Amino acid sequence: MKTDRGYRVLTRRSADYPELLAAIHDPPKQLYLRGDGSSRLLSCPAVTIVGTRSCSPYGAQVARRLGRELAAAGAVVISGLARGVDAEAHRGALEGEGATVAVLGCGIDRDYPRTHSALAQRIATSGLLVSEYEPGTEPAPWRFPARNRIIAGLAKVTIIVEARARSGALITADFALEGGREVFAVPGEITSALSRGTNELLRLGAAPLVDPEDVIEALGLEKAIAPRNVLRSEEATRVRKFLADQSASVDELIRSSGLAVNVVAAALVELELAGEAVCAEGVYRLIR
Amino acid sequence: MLTYALVGLEPRRVEVEAHLQKGVPSFAIVGLADRACQEAKERVRSGIVSAELEWPLRRITVNLAPAALRKEGSGFDLTIALAILAASHQVPFGSLRAHAAVGELALDGRVRPVGGALVVAEGARRAGIEFVLCAAESAGEVALAGVDPVPVHHLAEAVAYMRGDWLPASPPPLSPTGRVPVTCPDLAEVKGQRRGRRALEIAAAGRHNLLLAGPPGTGKTMLARRLPGILPPLAREEALEVTRIHSVVGLLPSGQPLVAEPPFRAPHHSSSMPAIVGGGSGPSPGEASLAHCGVLLLDEFPEFQRPVLEALRQPLEDGVVSVARANGRAVFPARFQLVATMNLCPCGGRGDAAGCSCSAARLAHFREKLSRALLDRFDLVVAMPRPRAVELDGSGEETSALVRERVQAARVRLEAGPPRMGSEARPLLTEAVEKLPLSGRGRARVARVARTIAALAGTEEIAREHLAEALSYRIPPELTST
Repeated sequence: MKTDRGYRVLTRRSADYPELLAAIHDPPKQLYLRGDGSSRLLSCPAVTIVGTRSCSPYGAQVARRLGRELAAAGAVVISGLARGVDAEAHRGALEGEGATVAVLGCGIDRDYPRTHSALAQRIATSGLLVSEYEPGTEPAPWRFPARNRIIAGLAKVTIIVEARARSGALITADFALEGGREVFAVPGEITSALSRGTNELLRLGAAPLVDPEDVIEALGLEKAIAPRNVLRSEEATRVRKFLADQSASVDELIRSSGLAVNVVAAALVELELAGEAVCAEGVYRLIR
Repeated sequence: MLTYALVGLEPRRVEVEAHLQKGVPSFAIVGLADRACQEAKERVRSGIVSAELEWPLRRITVNLAPAALRKEGSGFDLTIALAILAASHQVPFGSLRAHAAVGELALDGRVRPVGGALVVAEGARRAGIEFVLCAAESAGEVALAGVDPVPVHHLAEAVAYMRGDWLPASPPPLSPTGRVPVTCPDLAEVKGQRRGRRALEIAAAGRHNLLLAGPPGTGKTMLARRLPGILPPLAREEALEVTRIHSVVGLLPSGQPLVAEPPFRAPHHSSSMPAIVGGGSGPSPGEASLAHCGVLLLDEFPEFQRPVLEALRQPLEDGVVSVARANGRAVFPARFQLVATMNLCPCGGRGDAAGCSCSAARLAHFREKLSRALLDRFDLVVAMPRPRAVELDGSGEETSALVRERVQAARVRLEAGPPRMGSEARPLLTEAVEKLPLSGRGRARVARVARTIAALAGTEEIAREHLAEALSYRIPPELTST
């Protein structure tokens, strides 16, 4: 069914209304859809990736990698278009050329937050923006927890990437557990406040996410074999070895490897282009 | 009698005429003189009396022609005094023709230097005038313009000279090539920071704009302040141009008239737009122009007012600032090298072990302030994480002099013919454009930096590793996205 403004609506009676969502405690009466993705997307094997908005570079990089690899394996990546982990998960999925769905706590025509309107636009070209609220509904704080039940309800698996002790992402985890879905948490440093929530989930029995393959298996999908780039230079291999132990800045790598500053910089770019390493705030980290 | 007014950096001929009439003694200056210029009356009267000359008890009218041109400042004092003295037959009238004059009078008749003496002297030279009377301190500046300075300490000396009774001591021989001892701090004092040092060297060699980002106390400013020390000295033409600008604002140190070293300007982030790009009622150059051929350091870059930052885009692109004001328009050269430092977030904690306490919205606001267009002007962006203690223990780092030699050699190579993109490097550039968020402008920027890196390495062709290193100085995504 189409509304007068060209948005699609799924009601409980629609054939395409996702089965998994119908199974939760209080499924939404209707879902407004925006974007070129098929409404069947909501019934495909899906994974929810959520986390704190003020994530660390580690959280951002992990969210992006998960989004990319899971989308490449054929999973629909579901998140909430918020800053931080959510946005990175969507971006990763777009990079992996897979489908991604953003569930909003406002009308689907309100790209909230505003800074993500370009991202919303990109999601809409291949995926979907979804909301239970009518188009035009303004964002309000109390709508976001309610929105989280949809985020958790659409997917078989929920991954919490980074969460503080009382993060909204933990609400999503609760909804997922309530609905009998599988919950993964990304382990973090025990000293980091940003990982307090996720580490707590692990203590309570959530599955630690160590390898994206575990999730792919839980969804019943097959891993897409990513062609591993061959590193061209010997120095890049050498620098990679030092990065494997610990993320490091250029200066630290110069000291540990004994290579010259220009050589290290060039090697790191080779690693970045090969998809092996990423940089945030001057610190390089291996992601494979 | 002739002198010159400044419009921007250009001299405009001003004829100073004095007329004495019978009547109640009075003194008037006409010809759009501003306040400082009107006050010349008092200084000139006292000066003439202090020089034991006679103040004519007549109705005195001084006209500054052309009358429509606004005149500012105190540089007309000496000229006005001489014109009045000539009109009252205390100075032979004929001797005035071959001379121009510039200088302020003290109440006791001493002649004080004023800003812009170099420009006045250049105006005189173009008009074919050989001698310029000026304060002794301005003699060096005036000599640079290619006219003979007549340095006078006191109005009485100027009068004696005009009468042919006195000749000034010949000015001290100028040594335009003589270098000022560099007061810039040395790179040897910076411990560790190899990455930052390397970026500084590349920036110096290729005149690239450099942005240093990192938590407070990681040595960003310390590095930036050492950039002038590794820059080669100015060429003669550049030096003259810089000297002219510095002369107009009165920044020239006396005894060292020619600015031979690249200037270094570091305005505070509270500076206003006219202070940075130039302006004022009769437009005068701002910090951007004072940094012409040198370095403009904007410490705490995002703290500057947004309009100020955006206004810098014109000089960064064209190398000039054109300022239009009610009282005229001026074009100031402003081809400076921009070095900026910034924290990674408003609280400064980002990139530090302590962590950042900024809200997401505050962070987004902070990043929005750095428009893409502005960030695009930086060829080199370096994120400087906090160094570990061991790195700060290091010693025996290179001195500025050593680095300067390499920079100089690279500059020579770049001028002889910049290195070309090698066959190994080209596919890497294509790959980078595909895989990284790299705009068309970003691509050009990387190619430029790669040229400089190749020149520093002394090769004719840009090798793959040169381009790869250049790519490592691209704008990091955390400065643009949220």
